[in-house]
Amino acid sequence: MNQTLSVLRRELRSYFATPLAYVFIVIFLVLAGVFTFQIGGFFERGQADLKSFFRWHPWLYLVLIPAISMRLWAEERNSGSIELLMTLPLTLGQAVLGKFLAAWFFAGIALLLTFPIWITVNYLGSPDNGAILAAYIGSWLMAGGFLAIGACLSAATRNQVIAFITAALVCFLFLLAGFPFVLDFVRGILPQSLVEAIASLSFFTHFDAISKGVIDLRDLLYFAALIGFWLTATALVLDMKKAD
Amino acid sequence: MIKTQGLSKRYGATVAVDDISFTVAPGEVLGFLGPNGAGKTTTMRMIAGFITPSSGTVSVSGHDVLQDPVRAKACIGYMPEGAPSYGEMTVAEFLDFIADLRGLRGEQRSRRKSTVIERLALAPVADQVIETLSKGFRRRVGLAQALIHDPQVLILDEPTDGLDPNQKHEVRRLINDLSKDKIVIVSTHILEEVHAVCTRAVIISQGRLVADDTPRALEARSRYHNAVTLRFDSNAQFAAARRDLQALPEVQQVEADERAWVLTAVPKPGAIALPAISALVMNNQWPVAELHLESGRLDEVFRSITQAPAASQVRL
Repeated sequence: MNQTLSVLRRELRSYFATPLAYVFIVIFLVLAGVFTFQIGGFFERGQADLKSFFRWHPWLYLVLIPAISMRLWAEERNSGSIELLMTLPLTLGQAVLGKFLAAWFFAGIALLLTFPIWITVNYLGSPDNGAILAAYIGSWLMAGGFLAIGACLSAATRNQVIAFITAALVCFLFLLAGFPFVLDFVRGILPQSLVEAIASLSFFTHFDAISKGVIDLRDLLYFAALIGFWLTATALVLDMKKAD
Repeated sequence: MIKTQGLSKRYGATVAVDDISFTVAPGEVLGFLGPNGAGKTTTMRMIAGFITPSSGTVSVSGHDVLQDPVRAKACIGYMPEGAPSYGEMTVAEFLDFIADLRGLRGEQRSRRKSTVIERLALAPVADQVIETLSKGFRRRVGLAQALIHDPQVLILDEPTDGLDPNQKHEVRRLINDLSKDKIVIVSTHILEEVHAVCTRAVIISQGRLVADDTPRALEARSRYHNAVTLRFDSNAQFAAARRDLQALPEVQQVEADERAWVLTAVPKPGAIALPAISALVMNNQWPVAELHLESGRLDEVFRSITQAPAASQVRL
């Protein structure tokens, strides 16, 4: 536990040691604003909720989360510090978890900084703040899913650009799996049970449910399992090719 | 105590390290010698627990590196090749992080931290970001992190690479000071360093352990062991001296450097040529400015061992 925390602290501090973190947060906030007010039509809808804010999160994350996750392991490999970390007295699991949690907290900080939108909607009307809280939790869980995928692909390479592109690609597939036109397409070829399995793998399916304010145990389990699976894969990839 | 048994590492069809076994006891400074790509770094990485061996076992202070990696790693201070660190951190932050993971707390932590900072003269750069430091400072930061928990076992991959002569001297002194009750393994390709720090040297070539001996005993394998070198003041009797030396029954061969007026008399195996040669010098009154007995040339031994065709390699 102590070891995980030490890794987490170091990693989180290293985000803020470079301008990268601030640039990222600014871009995230600006894009979230543009999507909510310009494209999402926050005012035109005339409703006191944050649907127009949350519905763009999967797309924002698709581009921005791989930018957080790409350096997680690729940079350690590139600078050789992975050799140092792996010969310190901590387990592979502690290292993987510590680094992932740092990235996840960082994403959480960026998400929390969108609070002016929440203040705005409360100023303009009286929204269901419980539903908004649920949606924030759902969005953060989804960010964790994206990050776990990104961590695994970052562990597989020493090149951050490759880590970014492959992570964005895999995350895109996970998003697509929930789209009606994709599902309609596969429905023609695959049996119904498989179509449902594919649909249930998608971020959209589960994020939609939570962002409506319904926290279902199944959706929580989905994100927990997704994160668990990809972090285990991260550890396996690292174990297999530590020195490459 | 470090014990390796039948340690091997294969990458597909290539064998990087082939069946290496040795034991190192506290108080020993073991030097890893070998040409580049011989398997020194791979062997050190397996002992430090970074790479999993394809076969064989390693134990450090009684902990099996494969079965109980965390305990084994806790006993080791390891500086990887090139002394990697986290470039965006300051020296002090980096040492704090390592101390954290090494389980040092409170007063003990600040004491150990100031000890290594003082030992490696890092005080002037303690608050500087590591990536802005010179290569010599970065190397010392790497050494500092390896020493911070006062480990029983110290594994240093090319500790003096990139240091200037003064810094090299400092690092060697540090290793000598540490080695009293610890185990130190250093890899190097600087042969003078073997004399300066090692009590024992292992030569690795093509993944195999081809020699394991004290530096002195390795030198004794040299054909220059007990050779006598004479430097003349003038070339007055140079040619005659060369003939006379060659005629001695103890001498196998005489090598001459005619520009520097130096003669080296290589003795026959087991023979001692010094008394006969000094008698010649006295009787003929050769203008000799310098005469000395060689203990052997390590670089020559190194070359002959690591370049020998596989069939004639000496296995110990």
